[in-house]
Amino acid sequence: MATEAEGGGLVFHPMDQFIVKPLFGDGAVGMFTFTNVALWLLLAVACVIALMVLGTSKRATIPTRTQSVAELAYGFIYKMVEDVTGKDAVKYFPYIFTLFMFIVFSNFLALIPTSFSPTSHIAITAVLGFGVFIAVTVLGFVKNGAGFLGLFWVSSAPLALRPILAVIELISYFVRPVSHSIRLAGNIMAGHAVLKVFAGFAAITAVAPLSILGITAIYALEVLVGFIQAYVFTILTCVYLKDALHPSH
Amino acid sequence: MATETTGTASACVGPDGSAIGMPQLCADWMPNQIFWLLIALVAIYFVLSRIALPRIATVLAERQGTITNDLAAAEDLKQRAVEAEEAYNKALADARAEAQKIIAQNKADMQAELDKAIAKADAEIAAKAAESEKAISDIRASAVESVEAVAKDTAGAIVAAVGGQADDTAVAAAVDAQMKG
Repeated sequence: MATEAEGGGLVFHPMDQFIVKPLFGDGAVGMFTFTNVALWLLLAVACVIALMVLGTSKRATIPTRTQSVAELAYGFIYKMVEDVTGKDAVKYFPYIFTLFMFIVFSNFLALIPTSFSPTSHIAITAVLGFGVFIAVTVLGFVKNGAGFLGLFWVSSAPLALRPILAVIELISYFVRPVSHSIRLAGNIMAGHAVLKVFAGFAAITAVAPLSILGITAIYALEVLVGFIQAYVFTILTCVYLKDALHPSH
Repeated sequence: MATETTGTASACVGPDGSAIGMPQLCADWMPNQIFWLLIALVAIYFVLSRIALPRIATVLAERQGTITNDLAAAEDLKQRAVEAEEAYNKALADARAEAQKIIAQNKADMQAELDKAIAKADAEIAAKAAESEKAISDIRASAVESVEAVAKDTAGAIVAAVGGQADDTAVAAAVDAQMKG
């Protein structure tokens, strides 16, 4: 546990839950060490496979419950890609769906007590965020050539304002991957840290009921946040992809 | 988290096993996280794009097809029901018209027969009336004749009774003159 009552005082270690450590042996964490991060990432993969492959294995016209959920997720993201990005972006749907399923399952698995939350780590979300950023930028230049730079040249604004707007647009463009990844990591990390702090107060008998009530409430909030952050990450990916495919304002 | 007691895991973990600063910013762990993340993402991507997504797309398309077919069949059946109803209504209307026609025909026939009978009866009545008229006029003529004869006889007898010489020819002339007057 992150907190322990020592000599009547409270000691909070809300960040201990984010420590990466090897699961086999006590050695240093190398690149290929099988750590708790690896375990929970692979569990997320297993959950995605369980839902999307095993859940749909019957290919029933009248779906079972699991197949219904899988189809719901499929339809939800497919419609989002179609509505936000456009019909021509449907071929990028598998990538976007991969991102969504990974984040949503990581977030939900992280809510299991004593689990590890990969999406609270900036290293993980930065790979996701910058991955989207680089992919979208390369795609923009490949699809539109130099016309992609039109994204920064606001042709509907007065001519005198355009250079200033171009600078602002450029800055905001490069801030995108940072905000994209920190938003997800920050939300998940903050929620889990708050849960630990509330759990620490449970060591005092007098406030324990209040603390447990607080944990319950925050836990419910975190379930919501886990889904909403996955949704936000996905829809922002769609928005950035739309900018790359149709850079004109 | 179980407390790490060795303290050898990383520079980011203190000797008591608790985190030093934010574990998220520990550069020692990042290669490991990124490596496993990429493995997880690639695994999810291949499983989804090779197996799950085509399967779900097929299932959804099949379901859509089934629904469309069923709706078309329902529409077809509905159309047939409407047609059957129309045929029934038409048959009913035809039968009604036929009945009307037969009734009209019968009525016309009866009217014609009736007219004929009335005409015949009228003719008979007219003939009878004419016959009666003739009989009455005969009777009247004979009555006038009888009255004349009686008057002449009576006049002759009266003249004779008064004592005069009754001249039949003069009496007859006088009676005729009187009857004309």
